[in-house]
Amino acid sequence: MSDVTTTKGPLTATKDASGTRVAGLSRRGLLKGAAAVAGLAAGSGALTGFPTIWAQNIKNVTLRQFGTGVSNQNAIAEKVKEDLGFNLELTALDSDAVAQRAVTQPQSYDIADIEYWICKKVFPSGVMQPMDVSKIKNYDKIAKLFITGKLTPDSVIAQGTAPHTVGFVEGEDSTTFADAPTGWMTMIPTIYNADTLGIRPDLTKEVSSWADLLDPDYKGKASILNIPSIGIMDAAMVSEALGEVSYADKGNMTTEEIDKTIALMIKAKKDGQFRAFWKSFDESVNLMASGEVVIQSMWSPAVAAVRSKGIACKYQPLKEGYRAWGGGIGMAKHLTGLERDAAYEYLNWYLSGWVGAYLLRQGYYSACPTTAMEFMTADEWGFWMDGKAAEGEIKAPDGKVMEEPGAVRDGGSFQERMGRVACWNSVMDENKYMIRKWNEFIAA
Amino acid sequence: MSATDAIPSAKGPKGLARLGAEAVSWLQAAPLTLVLGLFLIFPIVTIVIVSFWDYSEYALIPDVILDNYTYLLSSPVTWSIFLSTLGYAAASWVLTLLIGFTVAYFLAFHVRTLTWQIVLFMVCTIPFWTSNVIRMISWIPVLGRNGLVNQGLMGVGIIDHPLEFLLFSDFAVILAFVHLYTLFMVVPIFNSMMRIDRSLLEAAADQGASAWQTLWSVIVPLCRPGIVIGSIFVVTLVMGDFITVRLMSGGQGASVGVMMNNEISLLQYPAAAADAVVLLAVVLLMVFGMLKAVDIRREL
Repeated sequence: MSDVTTTKGPLTATKDASGTRVAGLSRRGLLKGAAAVAGLAAGSGALTGFPTIWAQNIKNVTLRQFGTGVSNQNAIAEKVKEDLGFNLELTALDSDAVAQRAVTQPQSYDIADIEYWICKKVFPSGVMQPMDVSKIKNYDKIAKLFITGKLTPDSVIAQGTAPHTVGFVEGEDSTTFADAPTGWMTMIPTIYNADTLGIRPDLTKEVSSWADLLDPDYKGKASILNIPSIGIMDAAMVSEALGEVSYADKGNMTTEEIDKTIALMIKAKKDGQFRAFWKSFDESVNLMASGEVVIQSMWSPAVAAVRSKGIACKYQPLKEGYRAWGGGIGMAKHLTGLERDAAYEYLNWYLSGWVGAYLLRQGYYSACPTTAMEFMTADEWGFWMDGKAAEGEIKAPDGKVMEEPGAVRDGGSFQERMGRVACWNSVMDENKYMIRKWNEFIAA
Repeated sequence: MSATDAIPSAKGPKGLARLGAEAVSWLQAAPLTLVLGLFLIFPIVTIVIVSFWDYSEYALIPDVILDNYTYLLSSPVTWSIFLSTLGYAAASWVLTLLIGFTVAYFLAFHVRTLTWQIVLFMVCTIPFWTSNVIRMISWIPVLGRNGLVNQGLMGVGIIDHPLEFLLFSDFAVILAFVHLYTLFMVVPIFNSMMRIDRSLLEAAADQGASAWQTLWSVIVPLCRPGIVIGSIFVVTLVMGDFITVRLMSGGQGASVGVMMNNEISLLQYPAAAADAVVLLAVVLLMVFGMLKAVDIRREL
């Protein structure tokens, strides 16, 4: 990780030279104009020393948020405008691009909507600021998974970049992650889930283990996702389940463990196990719906998308457990004054329930389940959180019917799914080596 | 090199007229020099320079290291990637040449009227009215496991199991290349054929040459410039491609372009630049070889 803190060269982050930030439309306009040209630092530097004028009207604030597509949804921005009155501009990018942009263009966003493993790379580079816990109204209601790492007091903490390990820093100006909860959070958790393999139950026999991905029966009908930092975890779950490789920590492999994992994957590829590799959500849906692939790494909403075409698709729970991921929103270092106040208001709103319910209805989990509950019907809550059979139709946020009455969520209740997390998405010390080896696998 | 640099150094005090003429020549050459310098030389020089840089996860570090090249040239993976790229290029070249030559031959010698030649030539270009990517993607429902071809063959009873090799395979990649690039072969070969003096064919017939002999000894040699130009198009396009390989092989195929694309998406620009430099060298060598084989300037 030392790489991150010693960034140099043309893509290096421009440190914020503006110092205090003056609120208001013109100021924002000026900044945007300045940002468009290379002389950003000079441009905003020239504005320091102006008296700080506090605009009374928070409606003039625009917060620019960027992140992966999962939670960057326009419905959220519309609701922010309605509930809070200010504007939220969203930009959706893929995970790799998000991580890059977070560090290299810190002036281009106010709110970073990133995963915790990305936070582990990004936060130490000093482009974000920690958040004062005392300003987070629903802090006490945040799932303990993000505070202590334990779902229940006796749960075992999973391998990988568990969110609580990068959830706090020592102090306001610190970039070092704290071992225990402090008053300064790096990110407010927003969304998380437990990922597993998706299968076509009509075209597969019983699937119960990650090892089934390499079952010779599915030769030429399997797929794995080609995003190195996530794909390697799926590959590790498979290798471990097969008993071919044992890991001290799947989330932080040694070069030897990486070599063994990749060697196994290359062998499977050469034997013709894989039909394709996918990079985007749509690709995974098409592969599954067309029957080209019957077992693959998948994301929860992709399973729902296949099912909505009337094609059987199951998000199969596996005995080795789930690969989990969690995302949150954090504030850019340059936020001050009124904009920071608006950001806190936004964070508090995020945890107040509406978004939680919105995300829950898509198959994700909310970091503040108790507040989300108030925005859902008992039947919805029973289906998504408690693993109960649906009494009525279960609808997606857009009103489309997702599940018929009687359906039960794959994997069951929140406790059953999140309680069986084997590892979290992560970033390894040997990240560069891993990416190189992963590329060899893809190219082999 | 701008015109203003050159004028003071213009030799010979003999007269302003000469200086003027020279200045005019420089001025005439300047726009093209400028355009090529800005959009061709400068980017290539930049790529070469960056290929020696170091990089971390988030930054390019200006430096002079040979790491990118040593890894590139010592890794068996990159060798196999270059080989598979060359394989794609060779297969696509042979097929586009055969098909392109046949189509051009038909258009030039079997279609008698100019109107029909133009009409049929336009027909060849119709697929090019849509985008490359669309033309590629439309193969997927045709070739898929439950696609048109497999359903058709199974319906007729020729096969019991769907043919897996049709999609997401080298076959699919080469098929798409041939589909996309045959026209680049047809056009220059057709052009060469139209320039052939028809009396040569009559002379060959008069001397008792068979149709094959005429084709092989008269038409093919006279089409060589067209063939070389078409070959340069096809080979350079295939060597630099990444999207066809990625889509048609289902992300499993490897080409130099795919490798570079992967590296760029992970911010490993120097590694990608090194790949680009090596690829450029390889392609230039191939083009050089083709131009050596046929002197286009003399024969055109």
